[in-house]
Amino acid sequence: MSTTDKTKKSFTGTQNYIATDDLQLAVNAAMTLQKPLLIKGEPGTGKTLLAEEVAESLGMPLITWHIKSTTKAEQGLYEYDAVSRLRDSQLGDDKVYEIGNYIKPGKLWEAFTSSERSVLLIDEIDKADIEFPNDLLHELDKMSFYVYETGETITAEQRPVVIITSNNEKELPDAFLRRCFFHYIDFPEEDTMRRIIEVHFPNIQEKLVNDALDIFYKLRNIQGLKKPPSTSELVDWLTLLLADDMAQNELEENLRGEKSIPPLYGALLKNEADVSLLQRFANMMRR
Amino acid sequence: MFIKLFYTLRTYGVPVSTRELLDLNAALDQGLMMQPHPENPELSTFASREDMYRLIRLCMVKDERHFDKFDRAMADYFEGVDSLDMDELLAKLTDIPKEWLDLKLDPKNLTEEQRRLLKKYGSLEELMKALEERLKEQKERHQGGSKWVGTGGTSPFGAYGDHPEGVRVGGESRKRSAAKVWEQRKYRNLDDDNQLGTRQIQMALRNLRQFARTGSADELDIHETIKRTAKKGVLDIHMQAERRNRVKVLMLFDVGGSMDVHVEALEKLFSAAKNEFKTLEFFYFHNCLYDYVWKDNNRRHSAPMPTYELLNTYGREYRVIFVGDASMSPYELMTVGGSVEYMNNEAGIVWLKRVLAHFDKVAWLNPENPAYWNYTQTIVEIKKLFDNKMYPMTLHGVEEMTNYLAR
Repeated sequence: MSTTDKTKKSFTGTQNYIATDDLQLAVNAAMTLQKPLLIKGEPGTGKTLLAEEVAESLGMPLITWHIKSTTKAEQGLYEYDAVSRLRDSQLGDDKVYEIGNYIKPGKLWEAFTSSERSVLLIDEIDKADIEFPNDLLHELDKMSFYVYETGETITAEQRPVVIITSNNEKELPDAFLRRCFFHYIDFPEEDTMRRIIEVHFPNIQEKLVNDALDIFYKLRNIQGLKKPPSTSELVDWLTLLLADDMAQNELEENLRGEKSIPPLYGALLKNEADVSLLQRFANMMRR
Repeated sequence: MFIKLFYTLRTYGVPVSTRELLDLNAALDQGLMMQPHPENPELSTFASREDMYRLIRLCMVKDERHFDKFDRAMADYFEGVDSLDMDELLAKLTDIPKEWLDLKLDPKNLTEEQRRLLKKYGSLEELMKALEERLKEQKERHQGGSKWVGTGGTSPFGAYGDHPEGVRVGGESRKRSAAKVWEQRKYRNLDDDNQLGTRQIQMALRNLRQFARTGSADELDIHETIKRTAKKGVLDIHMQAERRNRVKVLMLFDVGGSMDVHVEALEKLFSAAKNEFKTLEFFYFHNCLYDYVWKDNNRRHSAPMPTYELLNTYGREYRVIFVGDASMSPYELMTVGGSVEYMNNEAGIVWLKRVLAHFDKVAWLNPENPAYWNYTQTIVEIKKLFDNKMYPMTLHGVEEMTNYLAR
C-alpha cells in the first residue's frame, strides 16, 4: 500500500452514476484500508447500482452474491454436492474417487481466486438469518477459508473490494459492523437530483425538470405516506412524462392549481393507501 | 491522536471501541484526509472541515441510529461547550425580557431539567448570575440579533438536554451565521431514543419482525437431513426452527383523551406487523382495565366484552401488551366504584392482577416521557405491579419490550 502512488485509482462516480462527495470518500477509504463497505439507505437510492458502477469505474470484474432468506454463509464459500456423489457411486462412475469433483466454488471462492482484483457485492445481507453475518466474520477478516473435504486452504491473492448492502430489515451484529466501514446514502438533495436527471435524460427541457421536481418534493413532504417516492420512481415518472405530451400539459395545470392530482401518479405512488391519502390531501388543498 | 474525541463520542453514547480509533488513525496515515492543494496540485493540503467530519464519521459510526449523537458530540468537541443547546438557547434569550425569565424560575415549581441545572450551579442565585453573564456575552457577540422562533411556550430551560424544539431553534440560527455540517442535525429523526412517529414505524416494525422470527427447532429440515445422510451414509436427522413463528399477541389499548394520538400510530404499526404473527388481537379499555373491554375503538358503537371472557378465550401462551399512559386518579386504580364511567364492583388493580396471573408474559408500553414516570402515583404502582416491565414508546423501548416478550 504505497501512499505516494499518484496514479492510485480512486472512485469519483461514472458517467451514469452521480456519487456525492461523502460516498466517494467512503469507497476510497474502504479500498485503501481494505475493509468491506456497508451501505444502507432508503430503497431506490442506488445501493446495488453503486457496486456495479465502482467495478466499471475502476475496471474491475464484478462478482454479485444476492442473498435470500434461505442463504447460508457456507454457500458463499463452497457447496459439497454429497447427493450427486452418492448417486454416482451407485452407478459406478469413476468420478467419485476424487472428492474435488463435487466441490462447487461459491462467490467468495471466485472473488478470492480471481486473477485480478475484483469487486464483490453482497446484496441485501439483512435478508438472511441473523447469524449469517457472524458466520462470515473470519473469512472477511483474513480473506481465506479452509475446505474441510479436500484439506486445502483458499486464500485471496488480492483482497477484493467488498461492498455490502442492507435494507435495514434486521439489526446486524456488532462484531460484524466493527469490521466494516459504514456509509448511509442520504436521499439526494435537489442539486444532486438534477445531476442525476441530467445523466438519464440528457436533452430534457429545464422547465419540465423544474415542474417535476417541484411536485416530487412536495409529494415527499406529505406526512403519512407509506412509501414516499424515491429516485428510481422519479426517473420512471420522467420517462413516462417525456413520452406523453398531454401529460406535460397536465403537469402545468397541476402546478397552477387547476388539476389536483399530478398526471401519471401511478409511477410515483405504488401504494393504494398512499394514493387515497394524496386524493384526500388534494381535496383539502382545493378548499 | 483524537483520543479526546474518542472519549467525547463515548460520552454521547456512540459505541466506539479501540478498533475504530485505530482505523481513523490508519486512514489519516494513508492520506485520506488530504486533497491536492488548489493552487499547486503537486502538494497536498488538509481537506475541509466537511471532509474531516465525513472521514471521522465513516470510521467511528456503524449505524445511522447514532448519527445524531455523533453530530452532537462533534459540536461539543469542536466548540468546547457543555451542550450545544444551552448556547443556542441563550442566544435567543437576548430578546426575552428579564421579568419573563424570573417568572419561570419559581423555586417551588421547577421542572426536571431545571432541577438538574440548579444542581449543577449550586443555587438559584448562582444560576441567575451565570445566566446574566452569558446573556451579556451573547449581546456583544450576536449584534445582529436572531429571530425568536417560537417553541410553543416551553420554559427557558426546557431546551436543555435533548428537547427537540430547543435544538431545532438553534440549528436554524447557526445556518445563517456559519453553517457547520454537524449542527444541521440532519439525522435527529433516526435517533432511536425519540418518541415513535409515523416515520419510524418502519424501524419499529423491523424490531417486531425479529420478535416474530425466533422459534425453537422442532420442524424436520428435509433438505438438510438428506444432505447429511448422504454425507454420512447413515440416517442423520436435522431439525430447523419454524420460519413463521407461533407467537400470538394480544394488545389492550387505553383509549380516550390523551391516548388517541398514540393509538392510531400504534395500530398502524401493529397492523403492519400482523402478517408476521400467527394471531394479533386488539382490545380497548378506558384509563384502567375493569370488567369490560371493547372490540372497537369507537366504544359507543360496539358491544362490550366481559374481561373474563377474554381470559377464557386466550390461553397463557399469548403475549399481552398493554398500551397506555397509566395515568389516572388513584381511586380509579385502587378502589371499588372508582371508575369515572360506571360503577365497577372490583378495583382496577384486581383486574390487572388477574391478567398478570393468567398470562405468561405481560408488558406495558407507555407513551409518556419516562423522566416523568415517577411523578404520577398510578404509573409507579402499575410499574411495580408489572415487575418493572413498563417500556417507553421509543424505538429503544419497543426493542427492549420485544426482547423480553420473545424470550
